[in-house]
Amino acid sequence: MTELLQQLINGLALGSILALIALGYTMVYGILRFINFAHGDLFMLGAFAGFYISPAVAAVLPGPSLGSGLVVLGLAMLICAVLGVVIERVAYRPLRRRPKLAVLITAIGISLFLENTGQLVFGATPKKFPEIIPVYPVLKFGGLSITSSQLIVLGVTLLLLVALRHIVLKTRMGMAMRALAFNPEAAALMGINTDWIVSFTFGLGSALAAAAGILFAIVYPSIDPLMGILPGLKAFVAAVLGGIGNLPGAALGGILIGVTETLVAGYLSSTYRDAIAFGILILILLVKPSGLLGKKEIEKV
Amino acid sequence: MNRPSPGAEKLDSPLLQLDKATLRFGGLAAVSDLDLSLGRNELVGLIGPNGAGKTSAFNLITGVYPPSGGSILFDGRPMANRKPHQIARAGIARTFQNIRLFASMTVFDNVRTAARLHCPRGVRNALWRGRSFRDGEKEISGQVMELLEIFQLGKFHAAAATSLSYGDQRRLEIIRALATKPKLLLLDEPAAGMNATEKAELMRLIQFIKDRFQVSILLVEHDMKVVMGICERIVVLDYGIKIAEGTPAEIRAHPKVIEAYLGD
Amino acid sequence: MNIRHAKTFLLGALALGFLVSVVASHFNSYWLFITYDIAINVILAVSLNLINGYTGQFSLGHAGFMAVGAYTAAVITNQFGDLNPFAAGAVFSGALLAGGALAAGAGLLVGIPTLRLRGDYLAIVTLGFGEIIRVIFQNMQGVGGARGLSVAHGWTDFFWAFGAAAAAVYVVAALVHSTYGRGFLAVRDDEVAASAMGINPVRYKVTAFVVGAFFAGVAGGLYAHSKQFITPGGFNFMQSVSIVVMVILGGMGNTVGVILAAVLLTLLPEFLRPIAEYRMILYSLLLVVLMLARPQGLFTFRKQGDAK
Repeated sequence: MTELLQQLINGLALGSILALIALGYTMVYGILRFINFAHGDLFMLGAFAGFYISPAVAAVLPGPSLGSGLVVLGLAMLICAVLGVVIERVAYRPLRRRPKLAVLITAIGISLFLENTGQLVFGATPKKFPEIIPVYPVLKFGGLSITSSQLIVLGVTLLLLVALRHIVLKTRMGMAMRALAFNPEAAALMGINTDWIVSFTFGLGSALAAAAGILFAIVYPSIDPLMGILPGLKAFVAAVLGGIGNLPGAALGGILIGVTETLVAGYLSSTYRDAIAFGILILILLVKPSGLLGKKEIEKV
Repeated sequence: MNRPSPGAEKLDSPLLQLDKATLRFGGLAAVSDLDLSLGRNELVGLIGPNGAGKTSAFNLITGVYPPSGGSILFDGRPMANRKPHQIARAGIARTFQNIRLFASMTVFDNVRTAARLHCPRGVRNALWRGRSFRDGEKEISGQVMELLEIFQLGKFHAAAATSLSYGDQRRLEIIRALATKPKLLLLDEPAAGMNATEKAELMRLIQFIKDRFQVSILLVEHDMKVVMGICERIVVLDYGIKIAEGTPAEIRAHPKVIEAYLGD
Repeated sequence: MNIRHAKTFLLGALALGFLVSVVASHFNSYWLFITYDIAINVILAVSLNLINGYTGQFSLGHAGFMAVGAYTAAVITNQFGDLNPFAAGAVFSGALLAGGALAAGAGLLVGIPTLRLRGDYLAIVTLGFGEIIRVIFQNMQGVGGARGLSVAHGWTDFFWAFGAAAAAVYVVAALVHSTYGRGFLAVRDDEVAASAMGINPVRYKVTAFVVGAFFAGVAGGLYAHSKQFITPGGFNFMQSVSIVVMVILGGMGNTVGVILAAVLLTLLPEFLRPIAEYRMILYSLLLVVLMLARPQGLFTFRKQGDAK
């Protein structure tokens, strides 16, 4: 029983991280109908941003402490937000009118570029992520062990989800985002500056991915330039699972995949761990392509 | 249901028969309990205000969407849940509201793609390239050029389909549909975007097609002059329901039709 | 592209291939192996072009089909010891065809569920399938698993490589440049309109996948018997992307362009050895730049009214 609980908690932590990445995918898809293939690499860049910033932060705010950790998190999110906006501006915006395929290929190109340049600049060997928050077991009960890092992951994710919900539902930016997602032409006609909203969405999504990267690095402190590939793909599956374009769906999908993968790896077989997400993807696309919470999009003839 | 027939030939069994055909999207009924019947060699108009369900009716007939209720019979055979390409093979062809030509192909190839329907050769034939292949290609080529010539587009056969003028593109779409040798041709707003001269030309063209190719035509059109000018019979839809049917004269004076168009 | 005398061309190519392979021992063996690579890449590019370029189905898992062909052919030929040239030829052709056939089966498996998916979804799913295939081979201890598989016979020579490439080019070109083949383009341009004209989109998409996968499998078999060592890692997403780059560079749906692109992208690394570590970076930048500046590829010169 405690083992199951342990796996669930581990899965929840992993799921939270996937959820944060998935939200970025789903937001961009919602307003642009485009899968940002390079999104997973912003997760990686967030972790590396944290890696390089933390000595500087530690010089000012001696850590590891919750405060200095949050500062690193915030800075990494900011850096990646800017990066996300730049990428959109340079590579995706010029192709806005072109067929979807062109942007997809460009996104693949950007993703590969980030990964390979990362290998060149950061070095391909994995680095150890420094302790930016104090890591200690918070709860030890029987065989059950919850560490501070897991609590931080869950806590920060929750905070970010609440903040995101507030932005999307209660602010003007959020309303504009939803309008754009619902009907791009009408939104433009109503005076909404499409370019601004798109940039904002990219920035927001990238910030969330960066947060996911830092949280991931806190729990699994080994980072390398290719670390974004698998989580990126799994998060994409999560977004599809929840219904692509649907924010609560992305969060739900992330949690589901995180928990499922951890349980299967724990109880069945760990060699096929990575294939599980793909299996779920194929299943979903065969059975209910619109996802758990999504609605069917009918092509107008 | 009145069916006045001013001199048109009516065989015992209608070519197309919709019986209480219904198309629902979620809670909204695009087409509701539609009874529609077309005989051979008839030119029937389908009109109604915007959103009345005319294109949806077309989509039902051509199998783009399966009916949520009712039945669709063509030439006595049920078409209700067939795929669009099967329905095309059965003898129903159509054009589209927004011209849907094959953009990467030439004028010739656009028609050729449709002409294949009645001269199908498969993978093995294309690979082996023997006598059967060459003869087949020659036959199709002949048919395509003949069709293009009839409509005076022969000289454009090697041009990119999208390089044609708007009016010529519309004609090309009709020619492409005719290449499938249909018994029933559905025209979706063919006069859209045309000026008065072009519309008059179109009316002549549609009449010509009906006579030359011995095909029944179901015409969706907004322009009343065109509809009243060439249709033998008119069916009026509003909010997915048939509100009137009759000759042009009858429809012009029909109170429900006037109300639907003018609103209250 | 005029292929009126296509069959003559094919026979001529096969004859040429045979002649060259007979005198091949006089050529520099390093460059000879490069020509095998060229031929293999041509087959991969041309076969993917049928799926991506002509039929508009964006497939990102082509390396998976290559893997199926490679492993199948290798397992078959590994059963045999040394053979005289005729027996070797028979066994090799059988192995290649078997590899192609199994890859075609995989193509069927991948093609069918992906039929209703739109562009980006299709891409991800095919990527997923490619990865699943790789993971399966990685866990298949019978063929070496992650450590890889040794291929006993290096039977790939100029005749086989060049001949297979000529056959692949012929098949794809002959298919597409026929009235039947216009159906592929119609499905790509407008699936709804194609259906309305009596074209069965499902048939065409599946056919494209199956034929494309078949040749990828043959290419895989040739690859296995050239390098004489294969690992699942060699058939990963990067490999699929490399093939996609060839198709895009050459111009989607442009057979000649794609062949040129395959040749170029096989030779380029040879001449750019000093900057080998920047290869993937350059590739990725190339993709982005191509899409921004010249999405029709380097070798597409669309003249008015050119039928492809």
